[in-house]
Parts: sequence; structure tokens; C-alpha cells
Amino acid sequence: MCEQCGCAATPKVVHVSGHAGIVSAKAARSQSVEILTGILSENDHQAAHNREHLDARGVLAINLMSAPGSGKTSLLEATIDAVGDRLRIAAIEGDLETENDARRIRAKGVPAIQITTGNACHLDAHMVHDALHALDLDAIDILFVENVGNLVCPASFDLGQHANVTLLAVTEGDDKPAKYPVMFRTSDLVVLSKTDLLGVLDDFSIEEAERHIRALANPAPVLRVSARRADTLTPWIAWLETQLAACRGGAMRRPHPARAHIHRHAAE
Amino acid sequence: MHELSVCQSLLGEVERVAAANDATDVSKIIVAVGPLSGVEAPLLARAFEVARMGTIAEHAMLEVETLPAVVWCKSCALETPVPANALLCGRCGSWKVELRSGSELLLTRVELITRADGVSASG
Repeated sequence: MCEQCGCAATPKVVHVSGHAGIVSAKAARSQSVEILTGILSENDHQAAHNREHLDARGVLAINLMSAPGSGKTSLLEATIDAVGDRLRIAAIEGDLETENDARRIRAKGVPAIQITTGNACHLDAHMVHDALHALDLDAIDILFVENVGNLVCPASFDLGQHANVTLLAVTEGDDKPAKYPVMFRTSDLVVLSKTDLLGVLDDFSIEEAERHIRALANPAPVLRVSARRADTLTPWIAWLETQLAACRGGAMRRPHPARAHIHRHAAE
Repeated sequence: MHELSVCQSLLGEVERVAAANDATDVSKIIVAVGPLSGVEAPLLARAFEVARMGTIAEHAMLEVETLPAVVWCKSCALETPVPANALLCGRCGSWKVELRSGSELLLTRVELITRADGVSASG
């Protein structure tokens, strides 16, 4: 175990490299520095800061991810309608271009900040931090961060959310979790969306989809939702309320990650 | 293709290490990557060729150590190497396992060039 931060990584024996044949042999020497730090630690620190920000105001943040067109924005619209005045919702919308999604959410009377990423395929913690400062967190119970539609890249970047929710539309194929294991392994909840279409699809098996999720050692609940049928939203809203209570009770606090520890080792 | 963003973060960390050690150059960077990190080693290596330009690591070699996905089954008390999309115990087939290795995205070592008469690094 690492003595610096107690993480499970085992530092290897230090190698002291000699002159690596580089430039002036007399003027330069080579030094090997052992480090064990996440490559994305800068992002992770920003994410932890975002989470502290949200925790201090009692705001539950949900990172909503899926392939493009799985119905993230439609789910948000239906959710806003379903909760009415019971929960105060806000959204951060990530897309490569356009304000379209933020406009759809604002049309429901809910604050929404659009992040346009240009060509970037994911949101990161710094982008979300800027958006947080444009929101009145005291007036929010649940903040949805609708990530860029993409089942690959968003999975690698912590935004400071309390939970990851991944949508899988029943039009997509029930083997998506097996094809995109990184995303589905880290999902705290999987929403099977567009389930009103199940009657006309003969090639999507809910059991198969769930089996693929379990094969990622993931116990996440799998909910069936149609944004067009308000009654299907009940378990989803109940899940959100449970998460909000856990968040406010402090059950979702995480320790701030330790900053990189630099081990300086012998030089020659 | 988020490997370029990942590389930029990596180079940020390397620059911090280099500055802390008063290095003039970086000769080698070693990272460890698991199959469930979401980062592909060959893509990372290609992105590095572009990202290192104009940084202190401009002349550095990137070595990517790929780590296996390994799960631990509590009931069998057994570790099994597994494919990234089938995290199941090798003996009983249960999915109620813990991931022991496979999600790493770590900077593990940096080799620096420092001036022999510099103030840094004794001993």
C-alpha cells in the first residue's frame, strides 16, 4: 500500500537511471521521479471542488449520459412536468453546438445553462464549474448535467456529480452495455427509455440488457421509462427523491482526492 | 477521441513534477492504463506525439504499461483476470465481484534531466 495516501497502488522499486546519453554529459544528469497520481487529477480536483460547492448548498447533481438521441432532454422535460413544484430543478446542457436543448428546458420555466463544447466530445469539471457560477444554487434541489451525447468519452471525466445515470433507448440494441462497458460499469442507474416502442420492437430484450449490465459487476437499478407516459416516471422520480435525501443527509460526501505526491529519488 | 484531453492533463502533471525538481528536460514518462479507464494505449501514444510539442516533455518518450482487468470474488476468495465487458468470477460466474485492477489511469514515473550543478536533487 502507498504510504503517502493509503491508496492500493504499490510503488515499484525506485530505479535510478544513469546518464541517458542526453546532451552534455557533464552538464546534465538524469533523475527518476516516482509518482502515483491520476492522469486526470487536475480534473478530479476541480470535480471534488464542484461537489463541495453543491454539497454546501444541498444540491443533488446527476450526470445524465447516453448516446445521441436516446431521449435525455425529453426525459428532463417530462421530469420537470412530473415534479411540478415539489422539486426545484435546473440543468446544464452539453452539446457541440446550438442552444436548442437549453431553450427546451427554459421553456418549461426551469433555469438552464448551455455549454457548447465546439469539437470536444465530453464535458469536463472546469466547464461545469463555470456553469455552476451562472446558477443560483440556493434555488435548486436537483441539478441535471446533460452530458454530450456519447457513450465513450464522458465516462472518463468526473464532473462533481453525485450519481451517474445512463439512458439506453430500446431502439438502440440490448447489447449496448457489453459494447460500451466503461460507461455502463460506472452508472448508478440505467434508464431504459422509449419503452412505449417496445410493442413494435421484437429485438430488444430487457432481460438481456440487464444481464449485460450485471456482467459489468454493476448492481445499478434498471428502470423502464417512457417520457410520453407520465405513469412510467414514478419509479424514476422516487429514485431521485431517495438520492436527494441521501445527498442532504451527507451520505454521498466523498473525501477530496489527495494531491499528487511527488517522491523525489536519487540522482546521479 | 478524448485521448488528446487526457494527454494534455498528463503533460500538466509532468510539468508540475518537472518544475518541482528544477528539471530542464524530460526524457521519459511512464503511465499505467487499464482497459476500463476509457483510454486506449495506442491512441494515447499517438495523441502524445502531438500534445508534447512546445512543452518541457517535447523530447520525452512515452511508455504505456497496460494493466489487466482483474476481479475478486468474495465467496470464492479468488482473483480472476477477465475481459473488460464480462467482470465475472472465473470459478462461480457470479457478477457480485470487486474490480481489483483495470480502471487505472495513472502517471507512475517521470525521468527528468537536471543540471549537474543545479540546486535540485541531491541524494
